[in-house]
Amino acid sequence: MIIKYNTIKTLVFSTLLLAIMGCSTDEKQTVTTMNNLVFQDEFNENGAPNSAYWSYNIGTGSNGWGNNELQYYTDRPQNVVVEDGMLKITARRELYMGSNYTSARILTKGKVEQKYGRIEARIKLPLGRGLWPAFWMLGANSDTVTWPQCGEIDIMEYLGSNPTTVLGTVHGPGYSAGESISKSYTLPNSRFDTDFHIFGIEWGEDYINYYIDDVLYNQITPEDVPGEWVFNQPFYIILNMAVGGNLPGSPNTETAFPQTMLVDYVRIYQ
Amino acid sequence: MKNSKFNFLASFLLLGVMSIISTSCERELSDDATEATFPKIAEIFTDDFVAMGSNFYFPYGGSKATAWSVDREEGYNSNASMRFDVPNVTDPEGNYAGAIFRMDGAGRNLTEFDALTFYIKASQGVTIAELGFGEDFLENKYMATITNVSVGTNWSKVIIPIPDASKLLQERGMFRYAAGTQGTGGMGYTFWIDDLKFEKLGTIRTIGASIMNGNNVSVNTFVGVNSNITGIISTFNLPNGQNQIVNLSTAYFEFSSSNPTVATVDSNGLVSSLSAGTSVITGTINGVQATGSLTINCQGNFVHAPTPTRSQANVISIFSDEYNNIPVNYYNGYWQPWQTTVSSDFTVNGDNILNYTVFNFVGIEFSAPTVNATSMTHFHMDAFIPGTIAPGRQLRVIVVDFGADGAFGGGDDTRHSTTFTAPFLVSQNWMSIDIPFSAMPGLASRSNVAQIILEGGDNSVIYVDNVYFYN
Repeated sequence: MIIKYNTIKTLVFSTLLLAIMGCSTDEKQTVTTMNNLVFQDEFNENGAPNSAYWSYNIGTGSNGWGNNELQYYTDRPQNVVVEDGMLKITARRELYMGSNYTSARILTKGKVEQKYGRIEARIKLPLGRGLWPAFWMLGANSDTVTWPQCGEIDIMEYLGSNPTTVLGTVHGPGYSAGESISKSYTLPNSRFDTDFHIFGIEWGEDYINYYIDDVLYNQITPEDVPGEWVFNQPFYIILNMAVGGNLPGSPNTETAFPQTMLVDYVRIYQ
Repeated sequence: MKNSKFNFLASFLLLGVMSIISTSCERELSDDATEATFPKIAEIFTDDFVAMGSNFYFPYGGSKATAWSVDREEGYNSNASMRFDVPNVTDPEGNYAGAIFRMDGAGRNLTEFDALTFYIKASQGVTIAELGFGEDFLENKYMATITNVSVGTNWSKVIIPIPDASKLLQERGMFRYAAGTQGTGGMGYTFWIDDLKFEKLGTIRTIGASIMNGNNVSVNTFVGVNSNITGIISTFNLPNGQNQIVNLSTAYFEFSSSNPTVATVDSNGLVSSLSAGTSVITGTINGVQATGSLTINCQGNFVHAPTPTRSQANVISIFSDEYNNIPVNYYNGYWQPWQTTVSSDFTVNGDNILNYTVFNFVGIEFSAPTVNATSMTHFHMDAFIPGTIAPGRQLRVIVVDFGADGAFGGGDDTRHSTTFTAPFLVSQNWMSIDIPFSAMPGLASRSNVAQIILEGGDNSVIYVDNVYFYN
């Protein structure tokens, strides 16, 4: 038993070593391989987001978009606008249509839908407990197949109470919400609310690689999910900033409003 | 413990004043001097002291000088740390622990760091009053302190953000602490600190800085009055998402006056009123505007009270710049629940004035010890009411004797109230009040005089000076 125990310990130790090596910012790490740009929104034209690519979710959904979120999503320029070469999604503390906060959520559903590819955005995130911005994707069949069967790929989720960490997650049948397959990435010596960072996935048949800047920090394959792999079909992109809800909790007295998520670009490569 | 805190604050302020005097003879750099770069050493204590020299621990006055030691058993991921034994409040060697760690040498260049960090734990859950750096018992120029730090019984990391590292070209004040027993019922405890060092974290975000605690404060002054910029803080967001307030010394800031003919401000945040008018004092740190301001409403030249001419031998003085004053418990007892009076005392060209604002009534007490005024014949006080005197306005002056027990109450206290009205009461002129004891029949004794109470205020302002008994 002792020998076996030791062996297991050794295995754990070597796995740890591998993990550490795998996560290092070694120059030899290959982060991305798809470099043929097939879609880009650089957010260079002032005004509303380009309607050829983007539409809006308006209101509070049901039960605060399923998460008891506190904001009312609008399409007003106070909440979503393109200016200074950026898409700006702004959460405000204001009474609006029965909610205490407003914000925005835009999506490429029916306009830009993609199966496989490298999907990335360059984003500067806000600060403050209760803020929950995200850059994510849903299966294009989300109207006919209920969630989580349609699949969800969260390229980046961030909680304003934890300014050095983001989450990359997939949800599918048998592995959604609390049982989703997720990994966090923490910046060693920088923050997500003081500088722009690049958040992306490189997604192919039977794999999704997650990267931030020049660090590949996770790979999810069918072997990692305890249910059906639902990621071999087209998905659309969503950008939003929620306020409050089950995951981040409510804003507190230190949360300063308004808070803005700045998106420099969204690009898709193949 | 309130007293002890006062003591060490007072002692380092005093040292600071002394150092300003002693460093004023520093020579200026000559034109061909090249700027020396002091070592950029980060570590202060990592299982042992790093580049601190041999003579670096300087306790605060009144603190227990032996509170600090190096523990060779406890440590954060090691078997050595700094140990601080905070004494019981009754400890005759000192009723709190506190000191500075001033490196023995020219100083360090800290410009490339953004925080002082360390691991800390305590023998029980405690709140530690002050932890910081930048105090050297010389100029104490770039102090930064976090207060009321919650410390648990397991090691946790503390981050003290550096407000503006570009200023720290040659810093000797590596660390400072003050810890008492306010939160432990006077009982001592131990805390340990390890891996004390400066770091470049990159994960701290500056939220903003404030003067006057972020409030827009307004004061009425006269020519020659000095006021201070206080409440100097900077707020940072730590990597854990929590905001941390850091208390700063004035040297991190640049102050400016909107109207320098009315008031000027120096680099220490000392504001001098020069002429009648209004000036707004604001500050910047590292080029960024701080919130909060101090508005000076200077009302011109101050009319001083008549200078007392009686000799000291014939006077028992409670408040006067002309005499040695007896020990006074307080010039404003803030007696609750009915008192509204607030003290905003000021000094005009060396003349200290009691300034009671929102005055309804106020008590001055001098009961430790009480005053034996049997050899005195009169009570004197000068008063000045800047506002108008409404019809029927009274000013009542009450002299209180605590009786044979020398203490408030006990059935032997006596008092006499003397009422003044117009035309004696006037606006904008010093009123010299002299009341003979022979006209105070309510005062059965004057062997244990202990209080002067002023009543009859209308929630406006009254200045008081030269409060004394005489014969």
